[in-house]
Amino acid sequence: MIITGAEAIIESLKNENVDVVFGYPGGAVLTLYDALYTSNFRHILTKHEQGAVHAADGYARATGKVGVVIATSGPGATNLVTGIATAYMDSIPLVAITGQVSVPLIGRDSFQEADIRGITTPITKHNYLVKKVEDLPGALKEAFYIARTGRPGPVVVDIAKDVFAASIDYQYPTEVKLRGYRPIYEGNMETINQVFAELKLARKPLIFVGGGVNLSDSSEALREFVEQTGFPVISSLMGLGCIPFDHPQYLGMVGMHGTYAANVATTECDLLLGIGVRFDDRVTGLLSDFAPKAKIIHFDIDPAEINKNVLAHLRVIGDLKWSIPALLHRVNDVSEVLKEQVHSWTEQVVRWYQENPVTYPQEADLVMPQTVVEKISRLTQGDAVIVTDVGQHQMWTAQFYGFTNPRSFLTSGGLGTMGYGLPAALGAQCGLPDRAVILFVGDGGFMMNCQELAIAADYNFPVKVLILNNQTLGMVAQWQRMFYGGRYSHTNIKGHTDFVKLAEAMGVKGLRVTKPEELGTVLEEALATPGPVVVDIRTPEMVDVLPMVPAGARLDQMIMGG
Amino acid sequence: MKHTLAVLVENKPGVLTHISGLISRRAFNIESIAAGYTEEPDTTRITIVVEGDEIEQEQVVNQLSKLVDVIKISDLTAVESIQRELALIKVKASVETRSDIINIVDIFRASIVDVNRETMVIELSGDETKIDALCQVLDDDHGIIEIARTGKIALSRGPIPAKDQ
Repeated sequence: MIITGAEAIIESLKNENVDVVFGYPGGAVLTLYDALYTSNFRHILTKHEQGAVHAADGYARATGKVGVVIATSGPGATNLVTGIATAYMDSIPLVAITGQVSVPLIGRDSFQEADIRGITTPITKHNYLVKKVEDLPGALKEAFYIARTGRPGPVVVDIAKDVFAASIDYQYPTEVKLRGYRPIYEGNMETINQVFAELKLARKPLIFVGGGVNLSDSSEALREFVEQTGFPVISSLMGLGCIPFDHPQYLGMVGMHGTYAANVATTECDLLLGIGVRFDDRVTGLLSDFAPKAKIIHFDIDPAEINKNVLAHLRVIGDLKWSIPALLHRVNDVSEVLKEQVHSWTEQVVRWYQENPVTYPQEADLVMPQTVVEKISRLTQGDAVIVTDVGQHQMWTAQFYGFTNPRSFLTSGGLGTMGYGLPAALGAQCGLPDRAVILFVGDGGFMMNCQELAIAADYNFPVKVLILNNQTLGMVAQWQRMFYGGRYSHTNIKGHTDFVKLAEAMGVKGLRVTKPEELGTVLEEALATPGPVVVDIRTPEMVDVLPMVPAGARLDQMIMGG
Repeated sequence: MKHTLAVLVENKPGVLTHISGLISRRAFNIESIAAGYTEEPDTTRITIVVEGDEIEQEQVVNQLSKLVDVIKISDLTAVESIQRELALIKVKASVETRSDIINIVDIFRASIVDVNRETMVIELSGDETKIDALCQVLDDDHGIIEIARTGKIALSRGPIPAKDQ
């Protein structure tokens, strides 16, 4: 079939079972948008390319499918960079299709030209510059394959403008042959046996769950493993939801704002099973004293993660879909023995957890941000898809929302991207139209991409946006309070913006909460309203996220609070 | 310690930049890097010498292995291998000093590839220390004007190529 390059892209997207793309048109992708005009292909037009890429990312995290974003050359493509880096740090499958200037104009600093391949090389799993139309189907096939297989990640396909218009006898490749890309799904059974031997020796073991469990959809097998071993379990920010918050062996989140029990158990354990984790510095605290008494066993599909930050005594390379069931198979027969030998340890750390809950001071006449999260948790029974932006509200959500399901907490963990939350929530809602999608966002992060609120109204995405509005850049101010002598340099953002009016101007219902007694009814009203709603919730300025391990301190050197 | 890595990559534009960029971004130090075609036209062989301890060296290999265009990496440090570098050395030479330089060139089994009234250009291939030694002698006795060195390339001994190791 002879078609244009632009039509070939749409055909390829259909072949990859893509049902929606997020994007923004421009000069270099005019031909592609012209093909979209008649193609009946679903396209979500955001207000900014950054919004489009975060939306595609939120869509991917919520659905498990590959998110797709389209942008034009030059500024369109560079506006994607933050979103691509965000996806890269959290291993999110994403394909970014960018327009490039025509082949004869490449390299001449032409109008709207940027070397997006060069720019995105350090923040993509792979990238392409397509200068010949006959290379186009192969590049797209490979891009989707690379994005979704192995350790997922973003792939950029930069396409010269004349390629969109050129004609091609289109055939989509049926298979991918890449000599240098062979993800290891099934690892070595011998290492499973070695892990099993270590499990039998352990008296103070600890299971550490990360985002990889979410990405590989391995929560169910993992829960069974947790129950068969009787081992206590902690989670990273990205692993929240893989183990239900009320599981009797669960100790909460570990790390800088982790629970007392999770952090002390990490310091005391004699065996740490890191499953789909990358030992980020926000988790480990002082690296040299991280889990100092433990043998560390690291499970990961990406061999480059092993020994990157923390030295592993044993490495289990492979898909968690393979390794967890393989290990479970060995454990089943000795389940009772394992439980028996760790019984007193698990009992002890669970007691630590119960005796040292994460708490906060109650103020009778103020709306405490943590209370908002707790109320939403009760109202939704852990059933909603929770999205956050970055900052204090993100940590409070992690601490006080009762996560019970995988893929139900979408947050920029690795890059910590302010402005991520709103577009990501819209992307998630686009992918899961029947689920309740709730965004917790600070007043700072909300303003960074608030233009996307218009999308909620334009497409009637019923996202509930809860602004925990403390009129300050809360997390930065907290650090200024703790480490810079209370010199609040440029973190007071008290302004004249009225978020309720802003919402209404965008076509979205706006509500406000200023007093504790209003909170319950307004939240219920927001949840019961069919379309999108913004709730401006006024919270006090000087609230700290606690507990806290100061950067560079040992995990058990926590500043407690509450 | 220094590690010599043979990295087989797809012969595509930008791959060398990608590799050197990744290494420098991770703060590993590249001692030398040399790239060229191989017996297969779609494969480029890059020889990289990196300085670092065992853990750093493992990370270099692991991180490079993640690149889709990297087909194979083999560490030639521990295996028996032939390691060579090529140097072109332009040395100050007058009619009076010419024969002395020719003597030195003979001792090192180097060759003279250009002569004029003021200079000579000497070509030498060998391991790094041999080239360093020649440069030292020439510089001390006669003065070096300019040096071009290729960086190290290496092949393992025996019948098995790096791609099959």
